[in-house]
Amino acid sequence: MDLSFNAEERAFQDEVRSFIAKNLTEEMKRATALTPSVFSDPDIGMAWQRALHKQGWGAPGWPVEYGGPAWTPAQRWIFETESARAGVPNVNVMGVKMVGPVIIGFGSPEQKNFYLPRILSGEDYWCQGYSEPGSGSDLSSLKTRAVRDGDDYVINGTKIWTTHAHHANRMFALVRTSDGPRQQDGISFILIDMTTPGITTRPILTIGGDHEVNQVFFDDVRVPVANRVGEEGKGWTYGKYLLEFERGSGIASAKLREGLKAIADLAESDLTGRAIDSPDIASRISEVEVDIDALEMTELRVLSALQTGQNPGAVSSILKLRNSEIRQAVTRLGVDVIGHDALAVEPMRPLYKLNHEPATPEEMLTVVPEYLNGRAYTIFGGTSEIQRDIIAKMMLGI
Amino acid sequence: MDLNLSDEQRLLRESAERFVAGSYNADHRRKMANDPLGFSPAVWKQFAELGWLALPLPEEFEGLGGGAVEIGILMEAFGRGLVSEPYVATVVLGAALIARCGTNGQKQASLPKIADGSLKLAFAHSERASRFDLAKVATSATRTTQGWRLAGSKIAVLDGHAADEIIVSALIHDHHGPSGRIGLFVVPATAPGLAISDYPRLGGGRACNVTLSDVHLPEDALLGDGHDTLPAIEWAIDRAMAALGAEAVGIMQTLLDSTLDYTKIRKQFGRPLSANQVIRHRLADMAMQVDEARSMALRAALKVDAAPTERARAASGAKAKIGRCARFVGEQSIQLHGGVGVTEELEVGAYFKRLVAFDTLFGGSAHHYARHAELGRKA
Repeated sequence: MDLSFNAEERAFQDEVRSFIAKNLTEEMKRATALTPSVFSDPDIGMAWQRALHKQGWGAPGWPVEYGGPAWTPAQRWIFETESARAGVPNVNVMGVKMVGPVIIGFGSPEQKNFYLPRILSGEDYWCQGYSEPGSGSDLSSLKTRAVRDGDDYVINGTKIWTTHAHHANRMFALVRTSDGPRQQDGISFILIDMTTPGITTRPILTIGGDHEVNQVFFDDVRVPVANRVGEEGKGWTYGKYLLEFERGSGIASAKLREGLKAIADLAESDLTGRAIDSPDIASRISEVEVDIDALEMTELRVLSALQTGQNPGAVSSILKLRNSEIRQAVTRLGVDVIGHDALAVEPMRPLYKLNHEPATPEEMLTVVPEYLNGRAYTIFGGTSEIQRDIIAKMMLGI
Repeated sequence: MDLNLSDEQRLLRESAERFVAGSYNADHRRKMANDPLGFSPAVWKQFAELGWLALPLPEEFEGLGGGAVEIGILMEAFGRGLVSEPYVATVVLGAALIARCGTNGQKQASLPKIADGSLKLAFAHSERASRFDLAKVATSATRTTQGWRLAGSKIAVLDGHAADEIIVSALIHDHHGPSGRIGLFVVPATAPGLAISDYPRLGGGRACNVTLSDVHLPEDALLGDGHDTLPAIEWAIDRAMAALGAEAVGIMQTLLDSTLDYTKIRKQFGRPLSANQVIRHRLADMAMQVDEARSMALRAALKVDAAPTERARAASGAKAKIGRCARFVGEQSIQLHGGVGVTEELEVGAYFKRLVAFDTLFGGSAHHYARHAELGRKA
């Protein structure tokens, strides 16, 4: 057993560092630090995606034949860790990490040829049409319906919590094409051009003051049958496949560590009157740091298992659950560290383009919005309660 | 970067698990709980034959040169059976201090005997007034014409009653008074002036309080050359905490397994307890905490030879986190067993008590989060 990297891995680490040093502009870095929502705005995020693509690193998890870099799990770890340390933009994962793997796994040759290069290059910007107002945790009860009419499906219904639908030109969605004996039957996985007539998007403002999610309405929206991925009625299988990617794709500890470091820096600064001098704050910072250490070790154990071809199993639910809980602990600590400055919440967006002097130092601008928006971490991608159901079923057999 | 077990490590785990499953059962544990020695000399002999006593000792002194990961593998298996042999006292603490601080002659005199099972040790460091502060030692060692005179008292000495020799930490007093240096002295169990008062330890095994009333020792009772041994003591206790953390993981896993089994069998309101979501989620939380504890024990083991601050932060982080997890998993195991969980009829309580002992030994979670924080600020 060994925690250290070998010579090859260290060489790769140097390569990643010099790539980041060359491509990450101060503007991107500042915009990322001042983004209190999950993903960077598309102009920032896609600029980074283009740089990655130019380097051949546009889709770390994809097979080589579709443009993946053929990294070992250790290389992916190094890439994610160095990216988090440097504070690179949070590229919207809907394309590369979500719909990409589904198209690779189940799409037709035409779909692969058309969509995959556009995901890699950042030409297409994707959003995810899963949840509906009546279908949250019970996702497969979804009602948005696609009725076959010649070579088209005609879609009616609505999707909600759609991240960046207002930026996206494409959506992958789960729609009901028939009513099977079980509610999971009769669901199909479909790719939708967001410029199709009949689609309207309503913004939803989150409690942190950010416009990141939306509700999307479909009124007689015609989508070619050729846009269906895989078989009709098998969409639930593909959708679940994707959700496992969403939960397990994260090498999250490095990002959490940077988030905590920002809070710890504030605690050690005169801006907060040295909050760290309170033993309670100091101990809580250590508690969160130790939780991150534990998550990091679990991630490394999973990576090691993957390197030898073992299947980590339900541990992806543990990773999702712990990542979301620790993220919330970091943001909760942040609010407590900044003290009275938590009262002054800047409503303007984006925070990196304010046209006035904010009431608090710039380092504090995202603290309260991140805490408030961060409540969603234990809700999206399968709530913590759903994750516990999965852990009980898959790991404990109950 | 590779966290998979090597073939040798896998074999060690298998043989340790097999041994514990075969030799340790409820009857054996109950017998040991009422035994004045608290463990079985026959089992200790088997440990020697299996090479476990030699495992972490240097190869030039009949050892096998194993590391903290191997110790952790063994300790996790020990936890599963609630093993009560004085392994931590003799091998993890005692032998490590001699190997690190002793002269070549001292190592030659002790380590091969530890490996073959003929020498058992204990480490007497904690004092009542020091709480968990390792640097605070009031026991004194004063130079005499023939050697040393030790005076003071120690508490919570693991397995001191069974030791042939006790390693005692003491503040060295030279001709000018207290020197500020802590020395380690090898005190034979038979030394006049040494009084041992032992008691059954919470969760199995025994511990003792030790009083040294002008114990006279020869010159070479001092390990090494009189340098301050505080860094070595911190190092040894960090290693012991990593080892005990692995043992706690084994204990927690056993509790999780038996609680899971029980909730599947026990029926109330016409269905198994595990049919209730509130129970399933509790068990999911327990499983998650066992997994986190496992990660932290491994992390501490992998960092025992890192630079002192990094090592100490890993050890304190692991101790604090595993302590929290241990309390949760232990308390919830009793809760989910219901009334019988509170009785001596089931072994849940015995396993729980060992976890409580783990949490408090060398300082509880609050102490170690604070140490972790303080070391972080110095870094």
